[in-house]
Amino acid sequence: MTLSRYAPYLQATPLAVILAAFLVLPIATIVMVSFWDYDSIQIFPAFVFTNYEETITSPVTWNTYLNTLKYTVIVWALTLFIGFWVAYYLAFHIRSATTQMVLFLVCTVPFLTSNIIRMISWIPFLGRNGLLNQTLMGLGLIDQPLEFLLFSDFAVVLAMVHLYTLFMVTPIFNTLMRIDRALIEAARDAGANAWQILTNVIIPLAKPGIAIGSIFVVTLVMGDFITVRFMSGGQSASVGLMMANQIALLQYPAAAANAVILLIIVLMLVAGILRVVNIRKEL
Amino acid sequence: MRVHSRASVANRRVVEPMSKAADIELIDVTKRYGAALAVDHVSLRIPAGTYCCLLGPSGCGKSTTLRMIAGHESISEGDIRLGPTVVTDLPPARRGTAMMFQSYALFPHLDIVDNVAFSLKMKGAEKTARRARAMEMLKLVHMDHLAERRPAQLSGGQQQRVALARALITDPQVLLLDEPLSALDPFLKIKVRQELKRLQLQLGISFIHVTHSQEEAMALSDLVVVMNAGRIEQAATPREVFNRPSTAFVARFMGDHNVIAGRVTSVDDGTVKFEVPGGSSFAAPAEGRALEPGEPVEIAVRTDRVRVADAVLPGCGLTGLVQNIEYHGQKVQVALAAPGVDEFSVQVPEASFFDAPLAIGDAVPLAWTPQDVHLLAASPAA
Repeated sequence: MTLSRYAPYLQATPLAVILAAFLVLPIATIVMVSFWDYDSIQIFPAFVFTNYEETITSPVTWNTYLNTLKYTVIVWALTLFIGFWVAYYLAFHIRSATTQMVLFLVCTVPFLTSNIIRMISWIPFLGRNGLLNQTLMGLGLIDQPLEFLLFSDFAVVLAMVHLYTLFMVTPIFNTLMRIDRALIEAARDAGANAWQILTNVIIPLAKPGIAIGSIFVVTLVMGDFITVRFMSGGQSASVGLMMANQIALLQYPAAAANAVILLIIVLMLVAGILRVVNIRKEL
Repeated sequence: MRVHSRASVANRRVVEPMSKAADIELIDVTKRYGAALAVDHVSLRIPAGTYCCLLGPSGCGKSTTLRMIAGHESISEGDIRLGPTVVTDLPPARRGTAMMFQSYALFPHLDIVDNVAFSLKMKGAEKTARRARAMEMLKLVHMDHLAERRPAQLSGGQQQRVALARALITDPQVLLLDEPLSALDPFLKIKVRQELKRLQLQLGISFIHVTHSQEEAMALSDLVVVMNAGRIEQAATPREVFNRPSTAFVARFMGDHNVIAGRVTSVDDGTVKFEVPGGSSFAAPAEGRALEPGEPVEIAVRTDRVRVADAVLPGCGLTGLVQNIEYHGQKVQVALAAPGVDEFSVQVPEASFFDAPLAIGDAVPLAWTPQDVHLLAASPAA
């Protein structure tokens, strides 16, 4: 008879255990380690603020964070633009549901290979003696290979846009598919032109999808280190890369402090997005 | 002087707003989807200030016709004229029509005032002005007290009124309603249809209302247009359509009619005599129609005019076997089977039914008078 009182808690237990083990515990560990001390060969339990002090006061940190934010803003803007129009095309211009599904699956095909492979495949294409440079020189359009194509911010942004656009397409496509087509006719009946329909009906109704896609892209780019390392050829830094370097030097407490700061900043960005758009009605 | 006055007349024509109510005319309008004909050479004139119902089963082309008038569907052939203007190629907002959608199609992200003010916003009207005008429209449909709500917070009937206000704010000459009552429960349906009629009389503009309910069409319209397979079967007043259905389709669709089909045996003295496959023979007034012996012919007999009695006149009665009995309150509907007649029903007033109750399987003699019989024409869709 008392079982019914405990039933809801029992039902919630498996998920609570999983989240505790795989989310709360690791983060708590990172927070704990971020207050520890270290020297060049080992780390010791302590309660010092030096890790945070050193991270926050170093100009390198600030530059790295600004650089990461720069990537985030550029990649977010590009994936939003491309993702919205791809989703718009799929949702409104493809009439048959079969074609829609096929084209959407085509979008996901690159995800059947790993991130790293998709990224590395850019290198022979963009390199100094890569396909693109050779083609352009063969056509006589340029005399010298274009240097900015690879190992540059351009290459980093290009690879990130390539990797992350689908994260924007999927949620936006989802919201666009849920828009009642009669709303668009009603807007046209009220005299709205194509641009007015887009700005007054479609974009406002796509906002939850745009917000979810933005959260995906922002968190992915803020935490990225492998794309920045490969595509910039070590010439650019990101917060993730800085942490990876600190771990390589066994400076775990410094990396942990960095991770905590990054986590706070990303959470603030997500909170900002959620303040602008109410995504609850989408879920 | 004369020149001057002529100039002033011309001037006035330019300045004066077009008279608000306008005739609407469909001229040989056709809609094709590839090889399929959705609407087949339809011609119809709806005088200004008419409540017109397009009535028919699903897939008969009534919604397509409405959407062509609205401009949401292109016209394959033919023209649509509204007042003096041919609107065939005009966009929806420049036709002088406004549409109310079946699911109401209210913008979920806007509150009620902004929903109603949407078309003014599209025209670039200033915010306070357009919201004030929207409030006036909301008062007209008694929804001003819920102006700040979102559509999702309203009941079906309330959403319907908001949709109505949104359509009427464009000051249309014709309001197009696509199955406006189909989402409402039966009691609300009756209430809302009274409001629609009241509003139409108050505004004096034409309403074109698509429905598959003959009851709704009869209750509301000045002009009922019965459609079938992309063509108009009959366009007339509800009384005319009910009392003198022009085709067997109309008679069956309006209900309360029995259709008897056979072949003419003789025509004399204004009376057509014909035989059904089972051998029984019937008579009907020829109503001036020239029919040859051997020609197929159909008649309609009102179910409420048939009496349980021996036939007095030859050809105005039959004997049927009772198949089914339904109690409807005021009356009892008895379905019978007779040789050569597909379905035959009789409505017996409740009191007289229970004075002499019938049972399933009884053989019952039925009779009617020539005035209750009406000769049907061949369907244009056939």
